[in-house]
Amino acid sequence: MNKKIREKIIEYILALCALITVLTTISILYVLISEAFIFFTEVSIIDFFTDTQWTPLFAEKHFGILPLLTGTLLTAAIAIAVAMPIGLTIAIYLNEYAHKNFKYVIKPLLEILAAVPTVVYGFFALTVVTPFLQQYFTGMAGFNSLSAGFVMGIMIIPYISSLSDDAITAVPSHIREGSLALGANRIQTAFRVVIPSAASGIIVSIMLAISRAIGETMIVAIAAGQQPRLTLNPLVPIETITTYIVQVSLGDVAHNSLEYRTIFAAGITLFAFTFLLNNLSFWFNKKFHRKYV
Amino acid sequence: MKKKFQLILTSGIVLLLVACGGSKQNNDQEKDDKLEGEVKIDGSSTVYQISEAVAEEFKKSYSDVRVTVGLSGTGGGFKKFGRGETDINSASRPIKKEEIDLCNTNNIQYTDIQVAFDGLSVVVNPQNNWCNDITVAELKKIWEPEAQGKIKKWNQIRPEWPDQEIHLYGAGTESGTYDYFTEAIVGKSHSSRGDYTASEDDNVLVQGVSTDKNALGFFGFAYYDENKDKLKLVPVDDQKDENGKGPILPSIETVKDKSYSPLSRPLYFYVSSSAMKREEVQKFVSFYIEQAGMLAKEVGFIPMTDEEYGAQKSKFEEFLNTHK
Repeated sequence: MNKKIREKIIEYILALCALITVLTTISILYVLISEAFIFFTEVSIIDFFTDTQWTPLFAEKHFGILPLLTGTLLTAAIAIAVAMPIGLTIAIYLNEYAHKNFKYVIKPLLEILAAVPTVVYGFFALTVVTPFLQQYFTGMAGFNSLSAGFVMGIMIIPYISSLSDDAITAVPSHIREGSLALGANRIQTAFRVVIPSAASGIIVSIMLAISRAIGETMIVAIAAGQQPRLTLNPLVPIETITTYIVQVSLGDVAHNSLEYRTIFAAGITLFAFTFLLNNLSFWFNKKFHRKYV
Repeated sequence: MKKKFQLILTSGIVLLLVACGGSKQNNDQEKDDKLEGEVKIDGSSTVYQISEAVAEEFKKSYSDVRVTVGLSGTGGGFKKFGRGETDINSASRPIKKEEIDLCNTNNIQYTDIQVAFDGLSVVVNPQNNWCNDITVAELKKIWEPEAQGKIKKWNQIRPEWPDQEIHLYGAGTESGTYDYFTEAIVGKSHSSRGDYTASEDDNVLVQGVSTDKNALGFFGFAYYDENKDKLKLVPVDDQKDENGKGPILPSIETVKDKSYSPLSRPLYFYVSSSAMKREEVQKFVSFYIEQAGMLAKEVGFIPMTDEEYGAQKSKFEEFLNTHK
């Protein structure tokens, strides 16, 4: 009897722990939605998505999220362009070519990249990568999306390499052996047999990396600039959604004002994007996951 | 081994506690705990930065005196000061005629004390070899609200300047510098374009301008002074010969003799005779004059010379004696 009660109590404590995460998500959503709702009673949602200027703090107010969204997607795209080829190559190398012992040493080392504080990456981009790139791109500004995106790409390499590596490891060896037995060499086996078999896992890893890049704050706040600008030029200062939120929440903008509520509208846009990506990757995984017997 | 470690740890903690206790005692002795009361300051949001810094330092020595620093703006502050609601009003311009009248009707006598100079600097990147001077009209063309999304290249400002993008860096809308700059250049306070890198943190602006060949920015003189080797200062021409001919660089001298116009001005505070009768106000004002030079520089302004502060101090003492 006593033991049963104890079991129950432990069970409730465990359930509570699980609930805390769900409740946190729900309350964040509640705050975002309720504040954004007030914002959209004052600003038309059509303007929000079509206006090409974002100047809510100035005399001539414009509330077009497009410049911030472009900035966010531009840095994320640069990051993925860096991280995807490198991360995938690493995953394939570790699985198909590298010696087992080497893999056990190198994989944790790679994951250290994800453990470096992002503020350190930010200053690395600003003070090392940008001056280096400025030697090759004349007219490159000190704040720009290229070096921020590049460094962010380095940061998310482990997300792609580790998760893809797990997916590739899960491919049964008889498939690999079958391909080799039919006369394919190792590179053919890797790219034509193993990768397609592990595709769902690899896509999920890339999606997670994208959503990490979109939500990244510190690197872009430090190195990418603070000027909302609708451009695809990676050499000029831009502003991402996350940077704008940092800028306003650190400044002296009066709470409960329209200016202050812009950060919730920007926040919910950001949330919608990452939420979409996470669900998409979940769906991908479910739909395309191949089972091997 | 473990015991030894414990011993070190315990003795460390004991030492730390002793050290803390000791320093606390010292602080208490230094404090003048007899002085109590309240000092009410309001007025200019620019001078606010100095007043706030002075108030913070003051509280360290006189913890029982409450110092409140408001930032209603110079004009709003003078309305309260003229009704006798505040003890001190800080001002980024001299008192106006109607404000003097208000003080007279309510029988408020006052004196002004100058605390520092303010000189906004217009800066570009050291690699910028074309922009060697700029006129106020050109600055207006760059910064006015109508320029938003339109003035994007250097050659739109002066045809002989290159066909390259101009990247702007300036104070954020919540800063006093922004109000001051827009008032002096655009002609209307709090009115400018919005498509530039706006930050309340001047270090971000310094970083931006110093690493961007196409940059143009503005901030307080003190920030230029700290980063001289990374920035190029641009002389400003107000095209009014009575303030000195041609483009003029901000410096301690040109700011003081007002030839660096319109981006320089003296900063003051005004104190009323009735408030002066209270000891805490007297203490605060003399503390303000003593500390103004150092703190003004720290928060981004140009301090006066020691003699000038001395002159302000004797002016204040004379006022004190005649209104006892």
